[in-house]
Amino acid sequence: MSELTELTIAEARDLMAKGETSAKELTEAHVAAVEASRSLNAFIAETADQAMDMAARSDDRRAAGEAGVMEGIPIAMKDLFCTFGVHSQAASHILDGFKPPYESTVSANLWNEGAVMLGKTNMDEFAMGSSNETSYYGPVENPWRRAGDNQSIVPGGSSGGSASAVGARIAMAATGTDTGGSIRQPAAFTGTVGMKPTYGRCSRWGIVAFASSLDQAGPMTRSVRDAAIMLRAMAGFDPKDSTSVDTPVPNYEDGLTDGVKGMKIGVPKEYVVDNMPAEIEALWQQGIDWLRDAGAEIVDVSLPHTKYALPAYYIVAPAECSSNLARYDGVRYGLRVPGDDLTSQYENTRAEGFGAEVKRRILIGTYVLSAGYYDAYYLKAQRIRTLIANDFKTVFDDVDAILTPTAPSAAFALGEKSDDPIAMYLNDVFTVPASLAGLPGISVPAGLANDGLPLGLQVIGHAFEEAKVLRVGQALEDAAGFSAKPENWWRA
Amino acid sequence: MNDFASRIIQGATGDWEMVIGLEVHAQVISNAKLFSGAATAFGAEPNSQVSLVDAAMPGMLPVINEKCVEQAVRTGLGLKARINTFSVFDRKNYFYPDLPQGYQISQYLQPVVGEGIITIDLPDGESREIGITRLHLEQDAGKSLHDQDPNSTYIDLNRSGVALMEIVSEPDMRSPEEAGAYLRKLRTILRYLGTCDGNMEEGSMRADVNVSVRRPGEEFGTRCEIKNVNSIRFVQQAIVYEAQRQVDILEEGGSIDQETRLFDANTGVTRSMRSKEEAHDYRYFPDPDLLPLTFTQEWVDSLMDTLPELPDAKKQRFIDDLGLPAYDAGVLVAEKETADFYEQVAEGRDAKIAANWVMGEFFSALNASSGDITQPPVSAGNLGGLIDLITDGTISGRIAKQVFEAMVESGKDAGTIVEEKGLKQVSDTGAIEAQVDEILAANGDKVEEYRGGKDKLFGFFVGQVMKATQGKANPKVVNEILRKKLDG
Repeated sequence: MSELTELTIAEARDLMAKGETSAKELTEAHVAAVEASRSLNAFIAETADQAMDMAARSDDRRAAGEAGVMEGIPIAMKDLFCTFGVHSQAASHILDGFKPPYESTVSANLWNEGAVMLGKTNMDEFAMGSSNETSYYGPVENPWRRAGDNQSIVPGGSSGGSASAVGARIAMAATGTDTGGSIRQPAAFTGTVGMKPTYGRCSRWGIVAFASSLDQAGPMTRSVRDAAIMLRAMAGFDPKDSTSVDTPVPNYEDGLTDGVKGMKIGVPKEYVVDNMPAEIEALWQQGIDWLRDAGAEIVDVSLPHTKYALPAYYIVAPAECSSNLARYDGVRYGLRVPGDDLTSQYENTRAEGFGAEVKRRILIGTYVLSAGYYDAYYLKAQRIRTLIANDFKTVFDDVDAILTPTAPSAAFALGEKSDDPIAMYLNDVFTVPASLAGLPGISVPAGLANDGLPLGLQVIGHAFEEAKVLRVGQALEDAAGFSAKPENWWRA
Repeated sequence: MNDFASRIIQGATGDWEMVIGLEVHAQVISNAKLFSGAATAFGAEPNSQVSLVDAAMPGMLPVINEKCVEQAVRTGLGLKARINTFSVFDRKNYFYPDLPQGYQISQYLQPVVGEGIITIDLPDGESREIGITRLHLEQDAGKSLHDQDPNSTYIDLNRSGVALMEIVSEPDMRSPEEAGAYLRKLRTILRYLGTCDGNMEEGSMRADVNVSVRRPGEEFGTRCEIKNVNSIRFVQQAIVYEAQRQVDILEEGGSIDQETRLFDANTGVTRSMRSKEEAHDYRYFPDPDLLPLTFTQEWVDSLMDTLPELPDAKKQRFIDDLGLPAYDAGVLVAEKETADFYEQVAEGRDAKIAANWVMGEFFSALNASSGDITQPPVSAGNLGGLIDLITDGTISGRIAKQVFEAMVESGKDAGTIVEEKGLKQVSDTGAIEAQVDEILAANGDKVEEYRGGKDKLFGFFVGQVMKATQGKANPKVVNEILRKKLDG
């Protein structure tokens, strides 16, 4: 049984096609893994019965010759996605008991392509966090631990539950969402592959909004090929999302292994931060060497406004969140904490319903949009955003993709940074620029830090050139031959 | 009405001039809401026309309803306004239970329609041009029901998300009368365009009234905004009260606080709702869920081609082509349906006679019945038929009024009624002459008096003849014969 949970999507697909396993078998194995791995706190809602039911129907479809792209693949769904009749709370207290009467477009696309839902994964509350410590349901643990150390390690965030579930072989893959790095950074922290597609590639309809101009759904998997398979199922134009883009979804597996020979890969000199561990720089250099050895031309490039990306992001994202989260007022759904009058009901509900980090960002966002501060903060941040997008545009006139580290450090210990928001925000320093520019990025596991924790490299590409990003990612994966696995300490 | 016409308030210290600007919220006629597919019909069961978007469920996204954009652009064209082919939707953030999103999607810095003009017609026959500052699209809020429960407020979200056009005027009006004329004219234009039904009772048109006072010719004073007034008469009453209130304060040496006020229709008084200090900071910013609204000039031009003839143009045509007096033309074009009705009646007939009949007997009958011209007491065709009988001499104007009354009662056409009641005019000179002779013979004394110089008695003889013929005698023939017999 346990080998079934080791399979990648591509491997499982082939075995099912050959009739050597079934959706039912795969799902049983993963449901068992979910139940045995509760100590990670990766799931906040398990849907075993639904999973088995979906698996049975999946096998029927396959028998009828109607297998979809994700047919029979048991996956985990980030709690940010609204799933019909199932816990969908963005890991927040304020959405207590909320079970939507609708299904998000991305999750519906996955079910239409045959995927099976194991449950909803834990996450930072409303996707605000970089360590999965802000969840109302408690922190998620990374299956990885430092060599010779039992200290709990964070899986990154905000898609920490998804990353942990995929890294720990509980789910074959999982959905994530990425606003400033929430797919890529946890992927790097858990030795998994995480891809944020171009803004507009996946519909945001039915995904609880954090920062609307930045939020994108994407796949979290254990191989680049799996990311290609899963993204194809998730992506597509959606008339219900005005910001989704009507451009065809290619089969991302086509040409995936064509390599990087003749490609120009940009290496931006600005992606170095103070006190960045030498091993990150070394890994980056290693990635450069791998791609050069594979036939790519390495080009030094400059993205001069990179240093303004993080401050601009931490204005734009909170500004949008302060408005997006206004609907959680205790009037129509979720938590309501009564008060003597309307104002006190609002105050009581929101005081109790939101966690500290969410409140911090609502306050920041409210402040930067206030009369008298709007121009100095929000407007200036938007101008920086344009400059950053132009930086990329200029560089992409000359290169096919950009290679950077995914995060400035390996995963850290639970509680290590939770009292220092600035240190926490710095986790996003390499992922935020591509988010602000709306560009696709992938994190591929590339090696281990000295303490044994995984590290990732990021590939950033042109808008809607996910295929090329995946191809470069595949080349890195091939060269890195990353086969390390966390030691299984968490299973009951 | 005199107090509404006055532009000047005479204070103890001298004259004060009123300065008035209006922000009208006009509900767009469309089947679906501005950003969702939910229905917009008035009077539905509470919360029966609410989509997931309107209720602001998590993860829901707005998608612009093109029909609403089309209606806004058509309205802009009707107001001779600049159309912005690039505009932006912003979020106006504030908390209220009937505002599920916690923000209203509106247009702030870049509205879809820019500067335009409305020509208002005043009772003295004068016209004035009032500037339009802008028109933008925005969502309506839901409705708070405070009377359903002693302790709780209930919320009806049927109206939540319905498309409104906010039409903002320049501070160009100087009297309540002008404000009334502006609202009437705006409503007429909207109804001609079919972009808003203008029904203030149902709340599909509401006005925020900005009032200030100043010494004539001086700088504008500090204004107060009176929110959400829902009839033209209330708007005018509110202005009268508010302007006088401000004058009283200024004359006592006080100053006006810029604030938002409410008009109480029961007492006719405005009272403070919130001061400038308490004003919301709406934290406007572009809605990241929506792309900027863009369309081509060609599309705007194609809408221009579909515009109906608007009231000003129609009025001018009635004056120039049909020869109607300006007053008649103005009355007839005030409602598009009235103008259409009139044009059917006047088709191929004398325009002035048709106007007299429509504005006279017909309007009286209409007011006495439904008041709704789409359900007229007499059809345009039948009224035209009646006018034909007058014109060709079949009946006299006096008989025609009887016939009209019978038409209202029976719904029959004029010819049938004239036939059934034998009301055909008698123009047979022989018969009339015999009748005249009989009258003159029976009133020998009066004939003597007349011939002795009492000219006024001529009317008496006409009346007697008409009475004897039950009004059927052709009055022209009666006159001629009487003149001949009395004067000849």
